[in-house]
Amino acid sequence: MKASLDWLDNRTGYKKLLHETLFENVPGGARWRYAWGSTLVFCFTVQVVTGLFLWLAYSPSSQTAWESVYYIQYEMWGGWFLRGLHHFTAQAMTVLLVFHLMQVVIDGAYKAPREVNFWTGVLLLLLTLALSLTGYLLPWDQKGYWATAVATNIAAITPVIGPAVQTIVVGSADYGHHTITRFFALHAGVIPGGIIAFIVAHIYLFRRHGITPKEPRRRPDAAFWPDQVFRDAVVCLAVLAVILFFVIRHHGAPLDAPADPSEPYDARPEWYFLFLFQLLKYFPGTTEIIGAIILPTILMGVLIAMPYLGRWKLGHRFNVAFLWAMLGGVGMLTYLAMAEDAKNVEYQHGVQVAKRDAARVVELARGGIPITGAVTLLHNDSLTQGPKLFAQNCASCHRYDGHDGLGKQPKDEVSGADLKGFGSREWISGLLDPARIDTPQYWGGTHFKEDSDMVKFVKDTAEYNPAQKEELRKAVIALSAEAKLGSQAAADVRDAKLIEDGKAAMSGTLLGCTDCHKFNEVDNAGDGPDLSGYGSREWLVAFISDASHERFYGERNDRMPAFGPDKTLTEHQIGLVADWLRGDWARPAPAK
Amino acid sequence: MDSSHVPPPTDRRSFLTKAAAVVIGGIVAVVPPLAGLMVLVDPLRRKSETSGAVKVGSLSSLPENGEPVKLPVIATRVDAWNRTPNVAIGSVYLQRTGPNQVRALNSVCPHAGCSVGFRPGQNHYFCPCHNSSFATDGRILDPKSPSPRALDELPVEIRNGNEVWVKFQNFRKGVSEKIPV
Repeated sequence: MKASLDWLDNRTGYKKLLHETLFENVPGGARWRYAWGSTLVFCFTVQVVTGLFLWLAYSPSSQTAWESVYYIQYEMWGGWFLRGLHHFTAQAMTVLLVFHLMQVVIDGAYKAPREVNFWTGVLLLLLTLALSLTGYLLPWDQKGYWATAVATNIAAITPVIGPAVQTIVVGSADYGHHTITRFFALHAGVIPGGIIAFIVAHIYLFRRHGITPKEPRRRPDAAFWPDQVFRDAVVCLAVLAVILFFVIRHHGAPLDAPADPSEPYDARPEWYFLFLFQLLKYFPGTTEIIGAIILPTILMGVLIAMPYLGRWKLGHRFNVAFLWAMLGGVGMLTYLAMAEDAKNVEYQHGVQVAKRDAARVVELARGGIPITGAVTLLHNDSLTQGPKLFAQNCASCHRYDGHDGLGKQPKDEVSGADLKGFGSREWISGLLDPARIDTPQYWGGTHFKEDSDMVKFVKDTAEYNPAQKEELRKAVIALSAEAKLGSQAAADVRDAKLIEDGKAAMSGTLLGCTDCHKFNEVDNAGDGPDLSGYGSREWLVAFISDASHERFYGERNDRMPAFGPDKTLTEHQIGLVADWLRGDWARPAPAK
Repeated sequence: MDSSHVPPPTDRRSFLTKAAAVVIGGIVAVVPPLAGLMVLVDPLRRKSETSGAVKVGSLSSLPENGEPVKLPVIATRVDAWNRTPNVAIGSVYLQRTGPNQVRALNSVCPHAGCSVGFRPGQNHYFCPCHNSSFATDGRILDPKSPSPRALDELPVEIRNGNEVWVKFQNFRKGVSEKIPV
């Protein structure tokens, strides 16, 4: 063993290198405050290792990026843990960079002869931030997509070269495959390569000039090994413990719904860029360039000039004060950004909708994703699109369980029925309830309230005796069976006899529904809406498409727009609304 | 945390620090690669999803003289996150062996997985990669054939009188036993 190590040493000289590495002199002995640099090397190593493993499973294209990240997060062994580790170590790195910078400036370690080392450090800071920015896009989820769109559009306001730089970075006029491949090449190749080169330079220069000891020195000089190594290891363990806390708490890293240019999203950058986001709010219109480019450039300029500023009599104090002021400003802006969002009802509502979509697409993806990408799953999902289309097109008159389908209260007063459970026994019972038909839940907001045979008929049923009420109950069950609702399938089978009786009752002399309404083969040419297949998918699609059609209200239609003939909605969209109202959407098997 | 009254390090104290540094350093160094190794070996726990029998062709379209016909197997392909219905997941040779009997052979060579062709002139299957040749029933023809086994025969069923259904499967290459993958 010794002989082979000697052989290796003879050929490589590794023993001397190892000796130099481990027995570097630490003036004044080991101290905890010297550990920040080591934690950064540790974090970067974690990122390289976890990043390479993530690379094994990541697929950079706009139809596979989200999908492969989904697969890592939800399907692969320990994938969530690996991804969480990469995600939260990135955040830890940003925080540790600030700590390291603070320690360097406070201890005066930026002064001559260490200027160049300080500058390589500033460059490393910028490269690490660039790593965050490029990594944010790679999952190709809503958050990354929109945040990157904003960031690259801001970069485009740079005079002269801005637009060209944007197109080159984005890889096209629009965001797509080449945006991902370019960001991925930057994130996994170019920037880490630069970081490795500068870390080597940084550590070389650090070794050349040695640690800047914190005065007064409380102990004699000591070697790096073992005391400082021990302290560095303990601090790295503490950093790792904090990271693991977040990884486990969040079960990995968050993943929003897949990127969708047609789906609005309130873009926010990662939390450590929030201060920039907030800053831009104070520079509207053409002054944006001040907040986006000029101010950050000036701040960077001061940072780079610190070694020179530090030569003046009060220069060091200025530098320290400047850094604290900058941090204070960043902290304040970050707080303001968060506080404004917390108070912003619209934004919070958007966050809720986005969370709902994110959870839903994962549920759907478990059943397999089409090659057109996971975004197709959401586009064709009635549970996702139904409420959105309803909120946009129906909720100015109708409600769904008292809200607009997405949980919000529309501004317009209710002037149509509440459609939650439309076609169900419960819903029809309510419509035929003399106490409820003219309330806002049903026809209270429509012109039928004042002047319609239907309301008169329902009001009259208040006088029914128990036997007549039983007839009415059977008719409700029979009419509701026309809808063939999935939620009532078992009840409809069970009540087959009641349904037959109910159908007969509808044409009977007591109720006389068919005096006004066509019902299957019974047609007395009345002018009420056709009740054959009432509430079924076909009926509902036709009704939403054109309620003024003679099959339905004809000329007596209140204000219901003809969504189909007017081309407000496509047939596919109307189908999605109808399916959602009928409670008909994919219910994939729960996760194993 | 520092104390100005720390006595100069003794050998014993120095040993403990060294040991602690190595142990703690080891712990922080091992977590990230361990997380990655889990993902790395994830494929080991996944089996290829073998669908049931697939309708490949019709009995009437197969030549009476028993000449094999190559047909694609159209089924649902499951590839990591993607599930794609109605795509070709492989191909088979179908060959009539009786009035109501069909033989199905996987068209991939059991040696190294190349695609095997049928040579009507010689009336045998031939693999262009390493010159394996197989008889029409799939047997190895050449005793020096690099293929360790005959072409993989697949279970066939005739349904509704004319439909040929095949249970399509791939098997591990390069071994003499037929082991499904």
